[in-house]
Amino acid sequence: MSELTMPSFGADMDAGTLIEWRIKPGDSVTKGDIVAVIETMKGAIDMEVFEDGTIEALLVDEGDKVPVGTPIASIATAGAASTEPVAASAVTTAAVATASASALPASAPARAQTPTSGEPRARILASPLARSRAQQYQLDLSGIRGSGPGGALLLADIERKHGAKHPVKPAAARVKPGIDRSAMRQAIAAAMAKSKREIPHYYLASTIDLSETLSWLEARNQARPPEQRVLLGALLIKATAAVLKQVPELNGFYRDGGFQPSGAIHVGMAITIRGAGLVVPALLDADRQPLDALMENLRDVSARARQGGLRSSEMSAATITVTSLGERGVEAVYGVIFPPQVAILGFGSPCTRPWVTKDGGIEARTVMRVTLAADHRVSDGHLGARLLRLLEKQLQAPESL
Amino acid sequence: MNRSRLQEIIAEELLNIAPEAELGSVEPNTDLREELDLDSLDYLNLVIAINHRLHIQIPEADYGRIASLNALLDYLEQASQSA
Repeated sequence: MSELTMPSFGADMDAGTLIEWRIKPGDSVTKGDIVAVIETMKGAIDMEVFEDGTIEALLVDEGDKVPVGTPIASIATAGAASTEPVAASAVTTAAVATASASALPASAPARAQTPTSGEPRARILASPLARSRAQQYQLDLSGIRGSGPGGALLLADIERKHGAKHPVKPAAARVKPGIDRSAMRQAIAAAMAKSKREIPHYYLASTIDLSETLSWLEARNQARPPEQRVLLGALLIKATAAVLKQVPELNGFYRDGGFQPSGAIHVGMAITIRGAGLVVPALLDADRQPLDALMENLRDVSARARQGGLRSSEMSAATITVTSLGERGVEAVYGVIFPPQVAILGFGSPCTRPWVTKDGGIEARTVMRVTLAADHRVSDGHLGARLLRLLEKQLQAPESL
Repeated sequence: MNRSRLQEIIAEELLNIAPEAELGSVEPNTDLREELDLDSLDYLNLVIAINHRLHIQIPEADYGRIASLNALLDYLEQASQSA
């Protein structure tokens, strides 16, 4: 048996309010299932479970506010529950889908249609987000028409199918407490003050010619319906994730007096919540998502950041942050590192400037200022400069992303 | 579709995208994104919503022609007539 505890969604969070249980004692849960909704200074977050098991008891009531680390439920985990086998009927569809193939010898034809992460993906093209959402809704991918490139299933297709089966979801269906503005301000204040107090930042800046990159993106978007267009922001995140692999010293956490590099690249993006502040959810495994999937992920996460429904893994996992003030006309943004991360990239507004070309001529080009703030306890400017150089090079070859 | 109906639809969709925005105070001939503080993602979401509601696909190349509320309504009026 193990315990679920009140999670921390950032160095600045010390307590959370459990506003809704999504499970009850006796329920089987699978890694990644949402078990509760937690209200924090950053709005309502969906809490995920990180191991398979059966819920034994709920230890706090809806509405209770408890410190981070407080046990809130007990769970019999797969390993510990060997004396008390889980009844087959109680196993969820998701658990069956992820069970080993040998456990389901007779159902091969059925399995071929079941969307599972372990199955070969030859038959049905679908974005990872569409796939996981379909699993959440228990939809069969083979029965859905895809609107993406090559007939691939996109998140929108899954939502449309789900919407057709579950029409008219009232707006108040999910608990959605408003964002507490002063609490969010406090959360930002705490994290940023800690950062400036403890992290010796160094700053670098570089100007990148984006003209070719933008032409490539425009051409790519031209023939596409609006929901399949990719914004520059997604391309910048993809490029960041791609080059970080070569500069692992900037990707990870500074904890317990030392740097812990991260194998996974989860890119946090600063999202403005109008009138309230900002939240920094992560695009998980950004380096492994194809550009279109990453864009879909970005749209989905941004919508949930503003409406509630971010997942706990998205709130706490970011291994680096990018910030951009979009088209607000600001040439450069110098970020403050979000602890315990060790670097933040800032993308300024693309703007038209005179530019000296390779052959010595002067042309009007669209350029962008890119800045890096990094933790001097972990890396030096020499290394930071390498990241900016790699990023510039990568952005000149967007087709390789 | 007449202009006032188009305006209603735009107002509804803008409210979904920017619930805090005060549409009543929007000056119809100034830059809509500036007025309502819409970022590129908000704007894309508006273009997507217009496509869903009105079946009008606005290409990125036309963004310059729909900067203000009035310009957007002109554009949509024209597009819905020629459709």
